[in-house]
Amino acid sequence: MAFDVAVIRQQFPILSRDIDGSPLVYLDNAATTHKPQCVIDAISHYYSYSNSNVHRGAHRLADESTKAYEGARDTVARFINANVREEVIWTSGTTESINIVAHGIAQQLNPGDQLLVTEMEHHADLVTWQQACATSGAELKVAPINDNGELNLDQFQTLLCDRTKLVAFPHISNALGTVNPITKMIAMAKAAGALVLIDGAQGIAHGDVDVQSLGCDFYVFSGHKVFAPTGTGVLWGRQSLLESWPVWQTGGEMISTVTYQSAQWNQLPYRLEAGTPHIAGVIGLGAALEWLSRQDLDGMRLHEKALMATATERAEQFEGLRIIGTAKNKLGVLSFLIEGGHPADVGFLLDRQGIAIRTGHHCAEPLMNRLGVPGTARASFSLYNTLDEVDALFDALKKVRLMLA
Amino acid sequence: MVLASTDEILEDLAFFDDWEERYKYIIDLGKELPSMAPELQTADRLVKGCQSNVWLHYEYRNGQLVFLVESDAVIVRGLLALVMSAFNEKSPSDIVAFDIDDYFSTLDLERHLSPTRGNGLRSIVGKVKSIAMSLKNVTDNAIEL
Ligand SMILES: Cc1ncc(COP(=O)(O)O)c(C=O)c1O
Repeated sequence: MAFDVAVIRQQFPILSRDIDGSPLVYLDNAATTHKPQCVIDAISHYYSYSNSNVHRGAHRLADESTKAYEGARDTVARFINANVREEVIWTSGTTESINIVAHGIAQQLNPGDQLLVTEMEHHADLVTWQQACATSGAELKVAPINDNGELNLDQFQTLLCDRTKLVAFPHISNALGTVNPITKMIAMAKAAGALVLIDGAQGIAHGDVDVQSLGCDFYVFSGHKVFAPTGTGVLWGRQSLLESWPVWQTGGEMISTVTYQSAQWNQLPYRLEAGTPHIAGVIGLGAALEWLSRQDLDGMRLHEKALMATATERAEQFEGLRIIGTAKNKLGVLSFLIEGGHPADVGFLLDRQGIAIRTGHHCAEPLMNRLGVPGTARASFSLYNTLDEVDALFDALKKVRLMLA
Repeated sequence: MVLASTDEILEDLAFFDDWEERYKYIIDLGKELPSMAPELQTADRLVKGCQSNVWLHYEYRNGQLVFLVESDAVIVRGLLALVMSAFNEKSPSDIVAFDIDDYFSTLDLERHLSPTRGNGLRSIVGKVKSIAMSLKNVTDNAIEL
């Protein structure tokens, strides 16, 4: 069915609520997305019908929940075009996924080795590598951006060398909306012999991730930013790497045989998934990606582009507004400052009008310092937002400007 | 500084019925708040708030606490003016006794003191209260001696 935002909206119950009498205009999708009814139903169905632990039970409920739970792994594998389903590791989110990789790489790093990230990193994709360097004596290099918020590819190239063990960067910047040329960057990093991790937290919801054609080694994302529950996430990694990747947590499920003094690790994916998992969440994640896959994704992407283009155009015409992050290729995020207003003021006065945005440093404090701003107001869009909502944002901003004058 | 009293503010705010007028009034209160000299805006005076910076400086004179506050956000600045109308140039015992939560809910502004709002207002109220409390303890003990 052709993309129809009205039909999409009907499936998200929260979108019909109001804030102090104004309809909710939710423009904080980079922080988290809402859940369609089918995801809420899948979670509720699991708890009210099949609730049980997975993999272990000798009963009907366990069969059903294991089927749904492992079915979700197949869904994710299809959604990102994994080579095999075992490459999909359940985590609690992007942050944990990155930690699993950072924890493992730290054990393989030596003084003199280097890791490379970019200036536009979310703290989750920065502090983790800082720590891996601190424990191993390796050095963290940071590839610079220009003032528009685009990566300088020449300098990125220069920073790659035979000591670069791993390169990590965001698919899309959560603070600026910059879409990185990831295919090109992956190729450059692979040519230098480094492992490559893509922070896909903001990239996954656009439905066009194909890990095989990208050629990266790890792609990580959070469920809650792609219409699924919080507390779910994915670490996708190449089977050949994950098979021998240092285990993350130890305990039940991740072992094959155990004696009082020793243990052998289970095979993929279980060796990296210790303990009882977030079963309901994983089932919700499966439902969310099934749902997204059923949509007209080309239509959706056109709609998302139109939202971005319209928001940018309105922002450029808005007196006293400065866009932060003016990369040529941007998606989903409009960061800005209003003259004479602290982002916190702007956020509050928009909230009073039913418009939900985020303000602050967006977990990218070094990036804010690099751009010389105290933080920004950030409107971020998802497939269910409408062009009318973009208008509503700018109408409300007029009132904000008036009040702050 | 001569700030509006809590009673005046209560009366004024009761007069407005739409949110825009209320917040314009609050923003204007903030404009009347004397600003803090930049050299006083040091890290040790910074009150940890999530989104905007808030500084607090105080002196204890003639049995009264005199505060200077600053914020880089205008609504927080206005709310600080509300807080100061209750606390500035008051004795430590008056400050300890003053029910700020009640005051804010009478003003229908209690959401600004809720822990989820990352504006540091709650931290600053906590800080003021604890300064007053420790001074009160000192003076109470002195009387007992
Ligand atoms: C680019 C980016 N990386 C990492 C994260 C961390 O995601 P989570 O908090 O879900 O683990 C986020 C979420 O804000 C993000 O936008």
